[in-house]
Amino acid sequence: MPIKEVGGINTALPDAATQLEIYRRMTLIAQNDEASRKVIRTGRLLMPYYSPRGQEAIPSAISVNLNKDDTICTIYRGIHDMLAKGVPLNDLWAELAGRSNGTCKGKGGPMHITHPASGAMLTTGIVGSSMPIANGLAWAAKMDGSRRVSIAYFGDGASNIGAFHESLNLASIWKLPVIFVCQNNLFAEHTRYEKATSVDRISKRAIGYAMPGVTVNGNDPFEIYAAAHEAITRARSGEGPTLIEALTFRFHGHVFGDADKYIPKEEKDAAIAKDPVPIFRAKLIADGIATEAELTDMEAKIDTEIEAAIAYALASPLPDPADLLDDVYAVRGAVA
Amino acid sequence: MTKMSMIQALNEGIAESMASDPKVVVLGEDVGDNEEGGIVGVTRGLSTRFGENRVWSTPISEQAIMGAAIGAAISGYKPVAEIMLMNFTAVCMDMIFNHAAKLRYMSGGQTSVPLVVRMMTGSGIASGGQHSDFLETWFAHSPGLKVVAPSNPADAKGLMLSAIADPDPVIFIECTRLYGMQGEVPDSIEPIPIGKAQVARAGTDVTIVSHSEIVNRALKAAEALEAEGISAEVVDLRSISPWDKEAVCASARKTGRLLVAHEAVRNFGPGAEIAATVQEELFGQLKAPVRRLAAPFTPVPFSKVLETHHLVQVEDVIDAARSLAKEG
Repeated sequence: MPIKEVGGINTALPDAATQLEIYRRMTLIAQNDEASRKVIRTGRLLMPYYSPRGQEAIPSAISVNLNKDDTICTIYRGIHDMLAKGVPLNDLWAELAGRSNGTCKGKGGPMHITHPASGAMLTTGIVGSSMPIANGLAWAAKMDGSRRVSIAYFGDGASNIGAFHESLNLASIWKLPVIFVCQNNLFAEHTRYEKATSVDRISKRAIGYAMPGVTVNGNDPFEIYAAAHEAITRARSGEGPTLIEALTFRFHGHVFGDADKYIPKEEKDAAIAKDPVPIFRAKLIADGIATEAELTDMEAKIDTEIEAAIAYALASPLPDPADLLDDVYAVRGAVA
Repeated sequence: MTKMSMIQALNEGIAESMASDPKVVVLGEDVGDNEEGGIVGVTRGLSTRFGENRVWSTPISEQAIMGAAIGAAISGYKPVAEIMLMNFTAVCMDMIFNHAAKLRYMSGGQTSVPLVVRMMTGSGIASGGQHSDFLETWFAHSPGLKVVAPSNPADAKGLMLSAIADPDPVIFIECTRLYGMQGEVPDSIEPIPIGKAQVARAGTDVTIVSHSEIVNRALKAAEALEAEGISAEVVDLRSISPWDKEAVCASARKTGRLLVAHEAVRNFGPGAEIAATVQEELFGQLKAPVRRLAAPFTPVPFSKVLETHHLVQVEDVIDAARSLAKEG
């Protein structure tokens, strides 16, 4: 199967309304990230935080192609994937704050955000484990005879773990309606891509698993949209999985508190200069899709929603220790 | 009542569940009829009867097998996954322990994983150190999982029905040495509640609690002890997690002497949990300390003489029970 470097040629273009929606999701993610780091820095909330800042375009441009009952599985750097899929801000923040009315009753936290109503079926803290389970969701969709698809989000580091290889192989032979989306931000924890990975483009591994593989510019919503549209169409029509590699960069290191000294400053500065959020914003205005005033208004509303969600979370009740034993089993105390 | 082998009983348990619930699906290596219906034939006939949309032969990919089962279970299916040998669960332990066991809890009850993982294991067939281990305590030590191990065909079918219907993930342990065992199975069998032991033989002088194939050795030992004037009660746990504390304590209270016999190695084995619990409940009421009979702390060796010495034998149970009967 030939490798397509998608650049400049779009087989599917998002219309004006969709472009605006992509931007809304991107700026929601970026603004939420800003608020998250501030909330930790000022001591309002303590939580492990894996910033997705820099990677906004990827889930935003993919998720506009998805229905509510399409599913996603992601990993600990997954808040952007969750927000793009439609997990409500209030429920998300209440979970980050460990409240009883969080998505997971405070029992999962940021590394396990789950919201089935929006198709957000899994966040896992284990690198690579989103893929075997996304396969299972796709397998169920196939057995149902439905046209649902599932997205497995993961990073460049995960492309070297066993679960990646087992999952791509199985998805290929069973023609599962799953799309493997590798958000390649060039660093796996503190280790550079080149030192850890045997191939220069992860999408080339698709050949080994007899599926289409494509590398896209993870900062370009149109490129991502086109690749996602094609992959999702393939999956819905029963033709099986696709591997999409989106090249991106994370602006704030591995985890909040990481001084990221292992990233050369020039490299980081160059990546930040290509920040996809303001670049796409400027493009929307230049293309006449939206005005400065409209976008400023949208962003102000988002800031208000985020602030309200944080306040809601911090005012929400903490779980009752008496609830500790709930949800281990279907029946409380089934194994005492 | 029909006499059948454990393989047949397991097969019927799965087939009946599939017939009554269209969401029950089977996956694993060689499970389809094109591949002979399983390495020992437990799934034989299922793909022919129910079709290949419900019985899926997989590659040798334990992580992928378990992940597929978990994802489908989250979506409302009831997968019966086979991991061929219990030792191979080590390959997919992340999926079983970090995911299947914990997703209900970590999601705050939003997603659940109603699957069964079937596996075979057991010493005595010269399979050596990586194909013979009883590892039930790994799974019993995992909040969110249930663990069962039938000792006879009727229980195999009854527990299979319960395990498949159970809303939680169940580890189903099949002992290789039991596959050929013949037993009477009621034609219309009720599911056996998970967590309920059975008194396999009533007695008054000493209690032997066991599970899986060692139960049969305990029963043979009890026969021999009878001739010596020692009346041994044999309690078949059937379920390791949850286990029937009430039944075991009731028996230990009655006889005053408890011997736990299991195939797993002694250190940190199921006997440790049972002994600790019973002495917590019945300290001062027992006539002797709780004793454990188990495999020595080594991998299962290959050479027949070593393997036989490693596995708990009927004579070992007799010796341990006789010795316990004389204590105190």
